Formats: sequence, structure tokens, C-alpha cells
Amino acid sequence: MHRYLPHTPSQREEMLQAVGVPDIDALFADIPQSLRLKQDLKIPAALSELELAREMTALAEENASADKYACFLGAGIYDHFIPTAVNHLAGRSEFLTSYTPYQPEVSQGTLQTIFEYQTMVCELTGMDVSNASMYDGATAMAEAAFMAAASAKRKGIVVARTVNPQYRQVLKTYAPYQQLTVEEALFGNGQTDMADLEKKLSSDTAALIVQSPNFFGCLEDLEALGQAAKKAGALFVVVTDLLALSLLEPPSAFGADVVVGEGQPMGNSMNFGGPGFGFFAVTKQYMRKIPGRVVGQTVDRKGNRAWVLTLQAREQHIRREKATSNICSNHNLNIVMATIYMSLMGKEGLREAAAACMKKAAYTKKLLLDGGKFESLSDAPFFREFLVKCSEDPASLNARLFDKGIIGGYDVSEDYPELEKGWLVAVTEKRTAEEIAAFAETAGRDEK
Amino acid sequence: MIRHVDPIFEKSVPGRKGYSLPPLDIPEEKIESLLPEKFARKTKAELPEVSEVDVVRHFTRLSQLNFGVDEGLYPLGSCTMKYNPKINEDMARLPGFSQIHPLQNPDTVQGALALMHELSAMLAEITGMSAVTLQPAAGAHGELTGIMIIKAYHESRGDSKRTKMIVPDTAHGTNPASCSVAGYDMVEVKSNSRGNVDIPALKEHLSDEIAGIMLTNPNTLGLFEEDILEMARLVHEAGGLLYYDGANANAILGKARPGDMGFDVIHLNLHKSFSTPHGGGGPGSGPVGVCENLAEFLPVPVIGKKGDRFFFDYDRPKSIGRVRSFYGNFGVLVRAYTYIRTMGPDGLRAVSEGAVLNANYAQTALKKDFALPFDRICKHEFVLSGKKQKAESGVTTLDMAKRLIDYGFHPPTIYFPQIVEEAIMVEPPETESREELDAFIGAMKSVAREARENPEIFKDAPCSTIVSRLDETLAARKPVLRWSPEEE
Amino acid sequence: MAKVQKDLKYTENHEWAKIEGKTMKVGVTDYAQHAMGDIVYVELPDTGADFRAGEDLCVIESVKGANDVYSPLSGKVTEVNSELEDSPELINSDPYGSWIAEMELSDPSEGDKLLDGEAYEKLCEKLEAEEGE
Repeated sequence: MHRYLPHTPSQREEMLQAVGVPDIDALFADIPQSLRLKQDLKIPAALSELELAREMTALAEENASADKYACFLGAGIYDHFIPTAVNHLAGRSEFLTSYTPYQPEVSQGTLQTIFEYQTMVCELTGMDVSNASMYDGATAMAEAAFMAAASAKRKGIVVARTVNPQYRQVLKTYAPYQQLTVEEALFGNGQTDMADLEKKLSSDTAALIVQSPNFFGCLEDLEALGQAAKKAGALFVVVTDLLALSLLEPPSAFGADVVVGEGQPMGNSMNFGGPGFGFFAVTKQYMRKIPGRVVGQTVDRKGNRAWVLTLQAREQHIRREKATSNICSNHNLNIVMATIYMSLMGKEGLREAAAACMKKAAYTKKLLLDGGKFESLSDAPFFREFLVKCSEDPASLNARLFDKGIIGGYDVSEDYPELEKGWLVAVTEKRTAEEIAAFAETAGRDEK
Repeated sequence: MIRHVDPIFEKSVPGRKGYSLPPLDIPEEKIESLLPEKFARKTKAELPEVSEVDVVRHFTRLSQLNFGVDEGLYPLGSCTMKYNPKINEDMARLPGFSQIHPLQNPDTVQGALALMHELSAMLAEITGMSAVTLQPAAGAHGELTGIMIIKAYHESRGDSKRTKMIVPDTAHGTNPASCSVAGYDMVEVKSNSRGNVDIPALKEHLSDEIAGIMLTNPNTLGLFEEDILEMARLVHEAGGLLYYDGANANAILGKARPGDMGFDVIHLNLHKSFSTPHGGGGPGSGPVGVCENLAEFLPVPVIGKKGDRFFFDYDRPKSIGRVRSFYGNFGVLVRAYTYIRTMGPDGLRAVSEGAVLNANYAQTALKKDFALPFDRICKHEFVLSGKKQKAESGVTTLDMAKRLIDYGFHPPTIYFPQIVEEAIMVEPPETESREELDAFIGAMKSVAREARENPEIFKDAPCSTIVSRLDETLAARKPVLRWSPEEE
Repeated sequence: MAKVQKDLKYTENHEWAKIEGKTMKVGVTDYAQHAMGDIVYVELPDTGADFRAGEDLCVIESVKGANDVYSPLSGKVTEVNSELEDSPELINSDPYGSWIAEMELSDPSEGDKLLDGEAYEKLCEKLEAEEGE
């Protein structure tokens, strides 16, 4: 007997009898004899709960985690503070063990939470409509390109090279399947080079995709970029960060048609890169083109306010081969966490956390530059992350920091050969003055 | 006590706080000096201002409006709503798994890489495939990844004529959508009177324009494709590849393997067969397995092993590329790994035996009350039809599904697969006891009796829930997709 | 029993066409609106766009379905019925009064291939008989 499997041997016999078969094998008689496995799967034998917990804990402890190390690494995933209530509430089994809310009468909890999430994303991005989330920021951006191409009936995508390299890689993986071409606009001083960009935009550009704060943490001139997109008749797609948007003028103010990004910083653990969630918001014009699930408000027969999945005609289970996206799920549990997080932090708390990131990042950069060893690679305003370099290799810097209990920054040179020895440092509100001092002191010291 | 919950925005009181942050411990600098005015937000985003208690009550009450597996039988066909073990949650939340950064030096996360490497190997063994990527975030994402691999394979051989993918008429809606997103035209092949793919029809579609076929086995009728070996031979002879949609893998764990059946590419749904929670719609995880000659096309990075050290292998020139950021839904992978180690080979086989026994037991018990279009031994699920009830008393499958809620059960999947009129698709997973099954069977029989004797009762079903049936037409015609303050 | 307006031309896909010289108004039939159920949205074609006979002209969304409307004949869209943008339910209440697009035909002689009212009525009768079985 296994603790998850309730039938006793005698119950099994009775049930087989009720079905009218002699044994379990008879229930598998439709599988051709030659295909039926004759031996055990070669996987480890079952462990008791106690043994397994011990083994898993030992495995987990082989990893250097952010509860023991001060994390100055970002580049798309960030070590932010998560109020303790988030996991208590999102871990409730009614959120955890329910299915997609296709039966609204028994899913109002999930539906209303999604509706509140959509509202918060609309507030922060300034957009009219948000979906119920995608897999991650990278796939949300690729889907934005598909949506733009289908709407604009054009095939060209121009993406700023300051957009997260992994997002651009995913875009390039997806693009050929819809015959899209991808061109990259160069940068200077950590920001998109407008002159180069304008050369690349054309009458075949379906979308201009930019990121702000961009991969280097720098803020882009969305106003100029939005105007360039509009001039080319392309959709303006902005990749951004919800926490930063508590302080920043929303992309809607600069004519964004689509706003996407990675939502992990909102109440989700780093989880080694997943699951987080991708947010996806559009103007009203694209409401019926948006991929993924959307929840809407309606009434029940008694006139009660209630929520339901809506605009389903767009989705794969209805459109089948005519669907423009095949996404079938959302990262629901992750947006439950995000919605709880945004509720707890609220109107002021998000701004306070975002401001702390910005100030601490600026302070850390100043300490590094003041030490004389580092030079800045951009003087553009930045949010939580900044780019510096020095004569020492990032790998060597990070190794020395690790010995002091610090996870150092990201070596950007593999993604950007033009930024040799570039080191991207992220500082969240979690980093203390003490950690920052140790970081700057260790990094600023000469190599032994 | 179950009650309506007003949106959190309506509970907002200016000045109230639900958080605490430490005081700034670095020299104070004004935000204005860091953030030039043209970038700064002019009006604050209207997020709620509520206390921690407000938030706890709000989301606790919302959660109580959901039905979850922990509350009772959730017999959704093709969704495998099995019990989600508690230890999985604890393991996924260990700081050594949940608080690690994906771009850390791989030497500092060897435990995580070891887990992924071992999980890939176990899934490869379970499915009979040669190599497995854990990256896809969901089943549909796995399908897309798998089809991209099929396309890359044909293209690598200079075989550019293959523009069509065959999909049976019983397939999940994601299959045709995934084909289309990957740039293939879909060709539908019909089912025969036994509920399997019709071999003569399949033969007619086969040509040098066929890239492959997507199959679910057992299919969405819960029936094993008995001619799978013949189908594999035919498709391979025509130069196509076989794709296995693993949505229904819960029927065959430790019993049979897609790799042995002749499938070239497969995906699994860890949130179905491997017990990770559905979370109200995600996150899932859709690992993709391939046979040996397709391994070079897997997305990057692949987790490699040199000596006793694990590393990310990006040096894969024929890879289809990156399909998402980082390496997969790692938190979900930890749960699935925990599950497989909890079950072992005997346990996994017992899972499928239990699932198939439960389905056949319920099918046998219900076939007198409902039409059963394909009356044969089923696998882990079966499909009834409500056409008898609809014809006799006008009570539809939707009505009966809603009524079942009043008996305390989540309804089965309805109106799918589309080839069955008024379909009722029931999947009672292995974690359900005979007592729970008997209660469900009793409720279904009672609903069938009510349809005969008291059809009016269905109009108001469900009557035990916080809301009655919703006006979906209004929601779609006049979309209200976000909360807004009442206009004064 | 679906209503059929005898003076119109029809396709087997349940579009109606009102042809006057070189112009055609297109809509969907009573049978079609009934089959679709509550219509929630009509994605109107772009004015100026060219369509060949049988090409996807636009999509009509009902609560749980999306239905393609095909152009009965070849031509260019000269006008769309923008009233349907806010009131898609007009197609449910008055299918023959609710035209979707007006087109300038490139080859009016194609019209001979369409069904006349009587032939279409027979088609509907046949389909309804099958459903009743």
C-alpha cells in the first residue's frame, strides 16, 4: 500500500469483479503484447517521506541560496523582499489545487483574483486591457511580436539591442515559424541609438520592441522611440518592469500599443528562473487580439456581480488551427502571489520599495566609481541595475566576492562582445548598507 | 461561511498600510536627483491601501470560493486532477531551491543541476525516449517546442516539401493551434467506429508533404490506439515523424512507453501525470523527450555532465534555439522529482493501474444511465454522452454538469472531444478511493434520474454556490476587464 | 425553421448576397445566426481590401465560438456596417437587415454560381432534418 493510493487488495478484487475482468492485466489487453513493459522502470526505488526530505534537503543545501548569500545579481530575475503573508495565502490549497476556472460557479476565487490582477497591471502600465499572464517575460515578448505582425499584416520586427538578450533569443527562435524577420537596433551610452533605429524602421515593420528600464538598468527615451514607431506605422511594444512602473511614467503615456515583461519581482521567489510570469497588456484597440486568458465582469441570474473567462473566441480551444497563439494556460499561482504582493505593498509600498532599489543602486555605483577601479559604461538614469567595468575579469571579481558570501554581478560580454568586461550589478531594497560596503570594498580591492 | 467578496480596491482606505520596509540605511538622496522629471510618474498608480489583516481576510475568503482537489473528487477528463502531495510543496520551498538565481555560477548550484539532470533521465526512462528537455513551461509550450524540432529535422535534411501535420479529430485544441503557430497546415484524420484513428483514412492522407502526426495515446476518448504500431510504420514509411501528446500519460506509467511505440517526439504534463498542482490554471511544465537522432535539435541550454560536475551546454549548433528564459519552471520540476522519488517504479505502475481500474469501474457503473458511444475497456478516462437525456427531457450535458456541483463534485470535462455529442468526459484519478468513486457514481445516477423525473430542477442549477449561472454573453459583448471606481 | 429571403443569393456556407449591378451587400443568414448563438463581436473587414470568392472576409464571434464569413464573390470592400461594432446582436435579431460589408464586384458574372432562394431553402430544410434525427 502506498499512502497516495487508497485501494486495499480486497477492494481491488471487488472492483475488478464489478468491471467483469479477472485481473488488472485484462484492463491493459488493448495494448499490443509487444509493447507491454515486462520489467520495472529503471528509476530509483521509492523513499519514505522522512528519507526523501533528508535527501532533498541535502541536495538543496548544495546550492548557494540568497538566504545565505547577498545577491547582487539581476539581469532579469531579482532578489526582492516578499512579505510573509504572500506565501501563506497563495499556498492555500483552494488556490493551489484548483483547475483552470472553466466552471465559474466554483471558481470565483481564482476569477476574481485574476480580475484584480488585470486591474493592477492596467494601473501600473497605463494600458486598457491585461490578460491573465503568460509563461514569462521572454515568451510574452515573442507573442507580442506575433500579435503585432498579425494585426499590422507586416513581417518585420525591429528590436533594440538593449532588450534582455534571452528575450531576443526567444524571439529569434519563434520568428521564422511565422516568417518574421528580426533586426536589432544598436545602442550607445546604455541606451538605444535613435539614428541607427530610424534606419532600421521601414514600411514593413510590424513592431518596434524596446525595453525600459532596459537590460542595463537604463531608462530609455520612450517618447522619442514611440514617435519613431508611430512614424513607421509600427506597433510600439514596450518591455518593462512592474515595480519600476510605480515610479516611472507608464508606457501608455508614450503611445505604447503593447506592454509586456517579467513579473517575477512582484512577490515571486527567484526559483532558479522559473516559474515567474509574463504580463501582457494592450490598448483597447487590440483587446480582441490579445493572446491568453482574460477574465471579465458580468452578473449571475440573480444580478450578483461575478467574474468569468471571456473573449474566449480568440483562444486555441475554440479557434484550433486558426488561433494566433497556442497558449492554453496562465501562470496563475504566480499572479495570485503577485496580486497579494501588490495588495500588501499597495499604492505607497511599491513606490517605497522601488525608490529604495533606485537609491541603493545609485549609492553602490557611486562607491564603486569613487574607489577608482571601476568606470561607468553609461551615464543615463537607471533603476535597479547598472553597468560598469574594470581591468579585472567579472569571473574573477565574482569568485572573490563569493568567498565573502556575496553573489556578484552578471558578465555581459558573452551577450555583448562590444562590452568587454562589462559587469551588470543589481541592487534591490533587500541589500543592507553593510552588504553594499562589503561588496564595494571587495570588488574595489586590487586583485591579489 | 461563504460570502461574496468585494474587490480589494473597494476596501482601500487612504493612508492604510499592509507592509513594512526597513528604514533607508544609506545616505539619503532625493529620488528627484536620480529620476529626471520626464521619466517620473505624474499620477500614482491606484493600487489599494489596505492592512495586512485586510489582505489576509480578502484572499482567504476568495480562496473559499474555489473548489480544489483537497476538497473532493475533480473528475475532469484529460486533466488528471490527482492529489497534489504536501511534501512536494515543502521541497519546492526549500531556500536552496526557491532562492537561487538562474545566472549564478553553475558551480554554486550543482544541487539544482543534479536534480534537473536526474529528472530528465528518469523521464527519458519512463517514456522510452533518448533525451529530455525540461524547458517548456506547459503542455502547449511543449507541443510547440516538439513541432519546432520536427520542422528542424526535416529542414536539416533539405526536405522542405513537408508542410502538413496530421491531427486526429479527437485531438486537444492545442494540437491544431500548435501546428498553426509553428507554420504547418493541419490535416484532420477521422476516427473509426472503435474510437481509434481510422487506418484507411490515415493512409489517404500520407504523402511526402506530411511532416508528421500528433497523437494522444490513450486518446481523448480514453481509448488506447490499438493500431499504434501499424500507424508508426505507415507514418515513418511516408517520411513523417510521430508526436506524442502526453496529456494522458497517467494511463501508461510503467505499463508501456511511447518510445517503444515508435514515437519520435513526446511531451509530458508534469501538472497532470506527475502530481504538481494546477494552481487554478498554471504554472505547468511540459518537458519534451526525443529519440536519439533528434537530440541535436533540442532547445538550448542542455544540462551536461563532465565527471561529477554538471554544466549548461550551449554548444549545440543544430538546436532550435531558446524557447523561454532560463531553464524551465524549476519550482515545478522540484515537485515532480519529489513525486517520482516518492513513488518509485512500483508506485508509478500502481498509479496507472489504479487510474485505469477507477475509470473502468466508474464506466461500468454509469453505462446503464448514460449513453456510452465506445463500449470497450477504457484506460484512465472514458467519455459518456448526454444525448439520451437531451432527447428525452431537454436536459443538456451542461445542465447536468452544473447540477453535479450541487452534489459536491466538480463537473467532468464537457463537450469534448467534439466527435461525441453532448460529451461527458470523466477521469477519476488513482488517488480517489472506492468510497469517493461510489459517492460520485451515486450522484451521477441521481442526476440521470432527476433528468427523467424532474427536469425543471436543472434550470436553476447550481443552487448551492456563491453565484448562479453567469451571463457570459454580456461579459463578451460589453467587456469589463478591470475594476474602475463607480462613477459619481 | 430558418427564414430564407427569396430575392437574395446564397452560399452553401450560409452567407447571403444582395447583388445590384456591380455592387454586393454581404451578410449571414438566419440559419447561420441561429447556429452561432449569441453573437458578441463582428470583426469587420478593412475598407479597400480585396477578396476573392471564398476567401475569409471576416470573423463573427459568438460566446463560445468564432465563425469565419467567406466572401461570396470577388471584389473590393467599399463600405462596412459600423453599426455592428457596438451592436453585434443586430445579426441575431435581423440577419437579413444586418449587412456586414458592401463590395464592388470584379466579376459580377460569378454570381451565377450562387444558390437562389429556393435552392438555399432546400439546403436549410435538409440540414434541419438531419439535426432533428
